[in-house]
Amino acid sequence: MHESLRRLAPVLLLPAPAAALAGGEGIPDPAAGWDRLWDEMLVDITLIGVVFAAVTAWFMWRFRRRHPDEEGCPPRLGTGAAVGWAVVPAFVFMADDFFLAAKGWELWQQYRTVPEGALEVRLDSAMWSWTYTYPNGAVTVNELRVPAGRPVLLRMTSRDVVHSHFIPDFRVKEDSMPGRITYLWFYPKRPGEHVVACAEYCGLLHSRMAGKVIVMEPEAFAAWYRAAGRRADAAARDEGEV
Amino acid sequence: MGAALRSWLFTTDHKRVGILYLIGSLAAFAIAGIMAMLMRIELTAIGPDLTDNPQQYNVWLYFHGAAMILGFQIPALTGFLANYCVPLMIGARDVAFPRLNALSVWLFWAGILLALATFVIPDPPDVMWTGYPPYATRTWGNTAFYSFTVLLLGFSSILGGVNFLTTVFYMRAPGMGWNKLNIFVWSIVVAFIIQLIFVPVLGTAVTMLLFDKYLGTTFFDPANGGDVLIYQNLFWFYSHPAVYVILLPFLGITYEIVATFARNRVFNYKMVVYGGFGGVLLLAGEVWVHHLYTAGLPDWLRVGQMVTTLLISVPVGLLMIGLVGTLYRGSIEYRTPMLYALGVIFFFLIGGLTGIPNAIASLDLHLQDTYFIPGHFHYVMAVAGTFAIFGAVYYLFPKMTGRMYHESTGKLGFWLTFIGMNLVFMPMMMAGIEGMPRRYYDYAQFPQVEGLQQLMTFGAFVILAGSLVTLWNWVQGALRGAPAPANPWGSRSLEWTAAPSPPPPGNFPQPPRLGPEWSPYAYGERA
Ligand code: HEM
Ligand SMILES: [Cu+2]
Ligand SMILES: [Cu+2]
Repeated sequence: MHESLRRLAPVLLLPAPAAALAGGEGIPDPAAGWDRLWDEMLVDITLIGVVFAAVTAWFMWRFRRRHPDEEGCPPRLGTGAAVGWAVVPAFVFMADDFFLAAKGWELWQQYRTVPEGALEVRLDSAMWSWTYTYPNGAVTVNELRVPAGRPVLLRMTSRDVVHSHFIPDFRVKEDSMPGRITYLWFYPKRPGEHVVACAEYCGLLHSRMAGKVIVMEPEAFAAWYRAAGRRADAAARDEGEV
Repeated sequence: MGAALRSWLFTTDHKRVGILYLIGSLAAFAIAGIMAMLMRIELTAIGPDLTDNPQQYNVWLYFHGAAMILGFQIPALTGFLANYCVPLMIGARDVAFPRLNALSVWLFWAGILLALATFVIPDPPDVMWTGYPPYATRTWGNTAFYSFTVLLLGFSSILGGVNFLTTVFYMRAPGMGWNKLNIFVWSIVVAFIIQLIFVPVLGTAVTMLLFDKYLGTTFFDPANGGDVLIYQNLFWFYSHPAVYVILLPFLGITYEIVATFARNRVFNYKMVVYGGFGGVLLLAGEVWVHHLYTAGLPDWLRVGQMVTTLLISVPVGLLMIGLVGTLYRGSIEYRTPMLYALGVIFFFLIGGLTGIPNAIASLDLHLQDTYFIPGHFHYVMAVAGTFAIFGAVYYLFPKMTGRMYHESTGKLGFWLTFIGMNLVFMPMMMAGIEGMPRRYYDYAQFPQVEGLQQLMTFGAFVILAGSLVTLWNWVQGALRGAPAPANPWGSRSLEWTAAPSPPPPGNFPQPPRLGPEWSPYAYGERA
């Protein structure tokens, strides 16, 4: 399984088109989509919340008890009104549900559809570190170096227990676990550093299982990548000679 | 003394069994609450505060989660409240199988004691209340204690289910049709149907875990043909419905309190029962995948259950409309139990609405397993449920003890806990949006949440103060409160109108007789 991944990787990498490196027109950015949908959702739930709370507060004030032996005088609902009070709100809620589900699904498609030309890196998680293996054999630990302007695809598995590779700045995580291969992708656009955290409980040092995504200028990344690849080759040769 | 103790321990009276459940579950709440305080102190500043051993934190968290859910809320709602209220509300002398009832409370106590052993055994469990393998099968921690606690409490709950369903089906007072049941009785019926269907699944999951860890099977070991996700699916196939086992009874008792203190008919009864409870029952088993949105399951399953999860807002929305509608044209008196009931509405509203972003699978890719999740579920379940239980203890206080609690002390305790809860769990959600993952002993990578963490710790102390005031009020009231009349609230429901406070064994001096116009909510006839 791991071997086939390795063989597949260069195939995905070779056509890594200049276009993708140049700036990636037309590639959606799920993190930006997340922020937009979050805002819309926040408006939606705030509206519902405020209406409910306002009605409740009004009832609480309006119908407070004025004399000790006062009782309520509830309306008697006829069959029509009773059914109406169940069916109409049910449809209103359902409409909102389907609206949100449609939006959520649209964004979901972006999250799960890996754009062409992504840099594919393999991730092995283990208690308590992240090991990244690049197509040219370069290996890093707890440090994912990537070029700005090109989507990055992580193919993930775990050597021991379940972990979850979480990059809060890119609004994405996915579990890595033994015996299965999962993936996530994200779109780093500008150079900078981003926290990586483990989001699935994995024992003693779960909270210390931290890493970094280091987004580099494409030229700087290319230089680092060649050098790291040569080092990996040399290391592999050394091992072969032993 | 010895005889009195024996008469309690070997009791088969449903009211005493209920009170035994209450004492046990409040003890679990207290100890799990102490664990919460320890965690909160540890998290106050970045770096070690109370202990420099993360393992210690993990054990506290394990105990807090497991004990709060399995030892406090489920037993307080389906043990204490069901036992105390159901026979009285339906006009029965006791439950159908009183000795089985005694057995289930003993099993519950055994489960609590087993859970407490966590603090004395050398390698306490550290698997969180979810117990995911392969961690749970690889850890040095004693996973067997986790499995056996779950099995004991689950077994106790199955016995309770058999007992209460039989009781409600066969022992209602003559003339009490299904559409005249108290809402709380309905909520218990539905909750126990859910328990009977789903508890065996949890039992299976934790038993397989036990086999993997101690007997060398490989159900969850991919290196030997197993699969790690089977456990997660089985676990949530039970544990999502389990939140409804908590939700329905706590909403049910909130309905009772609101109807009584608003002296009002429950708004659109059939909508509440069939639309609300029925809808939840229908959807309970089709939404578990929302706990596994980031677990690499097939897309169709994740997206499909995003839709079913969002649809839960329909029955839950109807339940909210019923609750708020019961205030409409009522006559509302603000006694302590009513404040708690309104608190439930408040917390449940916030908790329910913040569940929507979790339900949307794509938004959840960021939120899953961050502090947003404990923030949300404390609001919707932990805090709302606790307020319902506290409100219920106040509500039933005169009935159980024959004495009144102190009103303004009760209100003081309410306001302290109400403010404290918001100070803890609102910042918790905000820290989650910032990206801080849950179950973290330390958060050096997230310095931006330190201020929020300090606010949370402060809030936790406010809650502690409120809880102590409440506890003190209960003890004082039980020992030397003013004698309570049979029906201090002017309720129409049988437990208040037909039985003295406290009710004797057998409950009713005369078997209750219900006219055709009788209803537990027959208010407003002489308005
Ligand atoms: C009364 C005040 C309470 C406070 C201050 C409190 C605080 C906390 C804290 C700090 C965490 C740990 C967050 C983390 O490290 O991930 C937590 C987790 C949790 N709490 Fe509470 N809590 C309270 C009440 C409750 C109640 C009443 C319940 C009842 C259901 C409850 C159920 C849980 C559960 C299930 C977890 C998650 C455990 C896990 O991650 O496995 N809590 N709480
Ligand atoms: Cu971890
Ligand atoms: Cu769930």
